[in-house]
Amino acid sequence: MQVSMTINGALVSLDVEPRTLLVHYLRDHAGLTGTNVGCDTSSCGACTVHLDGEAVKSCTMFAVQADDCAVTTIEGLADGDVLHPMQQAFHECHALQCGYCTPGMIMAAVSLLDEVPNPTEAEVREGLEGNLCRCTGYHNIVKAVLQAAGGGGAGQ
Amino acid sequence: MIPAAFDYVRAESAGHALELLAEHGDEAKLLAGGHSLIPLMKFRLAAPAVVVDIGRITELSYVRDAGDHLAIGALTRHREIETNALVGSQAGLLAGATAKVGDPQVRHRGTIGGAIAHGDPASDIPAALLALRATMVIDGPDGQRQVSSDDFFTGFLETAIGEQDLLTEIRVPKVPDAGWSFQKFNRRAQDWAIVGAAVLVNGGTCGVGLVNMDSRPVRAAGVESAIAGGASAADAAAAAADGLEPPADLNAGVEYRQHLARVLTRRGLEEAGA
Repeated sequence: MQVSMTINGALVSLDVEPRTLLVHYLRDHAGLTGTNVGCDTSSCGACTVHLDGEAVKSCTMFAVQADDCAVTTIEGLADGDVLHPMQQAFHECHALQCGYCTPGMIMAAVSLLDEVPNPTEAEVREGLEGNLCRCTGYHNIVKAVLQAAGGGGAGQ
Repeated sequence: MIPAAFDYVRAESAGHALELLAEHGDEAKLLAGGHSLIPLMKFRLAAPAVVVDIGRITELSYVRDAGDHLAIGALTRHREIETNALVGSQAGLLAGATAKVGDPQVRHRGTIGGAIAHGDPASDIPAALLALRATMVIDGPDGQRQVSSDDFFTGFLETAIGEQDLLTEIRVPKVPDAGWSFQKFNRRAQDWAIVGAAVLVNGGTCGVGLVNMDSRPVRAAGVESAIAGGASAADAAAAAADGLEPPADLNAGVEYRQHLARVLTRRGLEEAGA
């Protein structure tokens, strides 16, 4: 069936099976491999993208459920060579070790700040509970989100 | 993990969904937010031939003040219920329990109707609805009927919703002055509750719903009658596991779950002001 959506501002229309998961639509059909598949059971959050502005786990949605919607992936955050403030904060705070969880972590963090613009450290930790870092590098991730929120977490 | 192939059809309205269910019979499954059904389909524990997507029926997404109760559309997403001011002020227990479901991404997609239609004893929301004495509204081929939360959860992953039925609304009594507490015990953030207790204290009476303490979502009836009879929170909570048959699994054995039910119920009663 034909499934169409706006991905990172560009209209994409592809013929896929109804059972195609959104993450596979993005990676295998639209060629956007920045979104990772981690656990594949909606636990780890590596596949997090934005659906109409809200963070969702793209391994637990059929692509057809996003038909006619707007999807933003990690590839759509930066403005050309200028990183999104959250990407910049992750860079400056070294908020990654192996990097596998990073795309989903950043997408979840951007969505969190949309809903809670000035979170406490506890709110950041709770807000990112759907994203697992198997390197357990949470400390710098939380620092980066606080810095991106304007809390100056990097220097603390 | 790739689900088995299926035919996809999108329902445009509640009436259309009922027509599609009548047409496809037991080959069809309803898809709302998908956070119970899609994992089952990926594990191939469910392989419906037809998926009827009700996720865009906006007429079933609402929270309304209906006098003595709140009327909540079955397709209202967790995030909306968690942050809705009316739910917060009139049925705070439901807002509090909903805020503990999964994680933010799950709550952006999952719906209240989908969560309870799954009938999972490990789910948070059924316990809150049992404590609140909610009523479910079900539309079917023979019209509409109302089912109390006590009669709604009929067995493990089984509810009063028939194969050609559509859960349309959840009616939650307004309890603006009630104290409440939602106690969820798990080992890691985002995990399912090993045991949970949803507690509502309203004057001299209370409602207690338990998570993962039987094959279906259940009330701690002995605790409720003890509180109504004037017992202290600690004394009443001692009856929390009475008559229940909790499961044993890798996280906890039966006795440990019984212990958790008593401790969490006591904490819940105390926090809720019993």
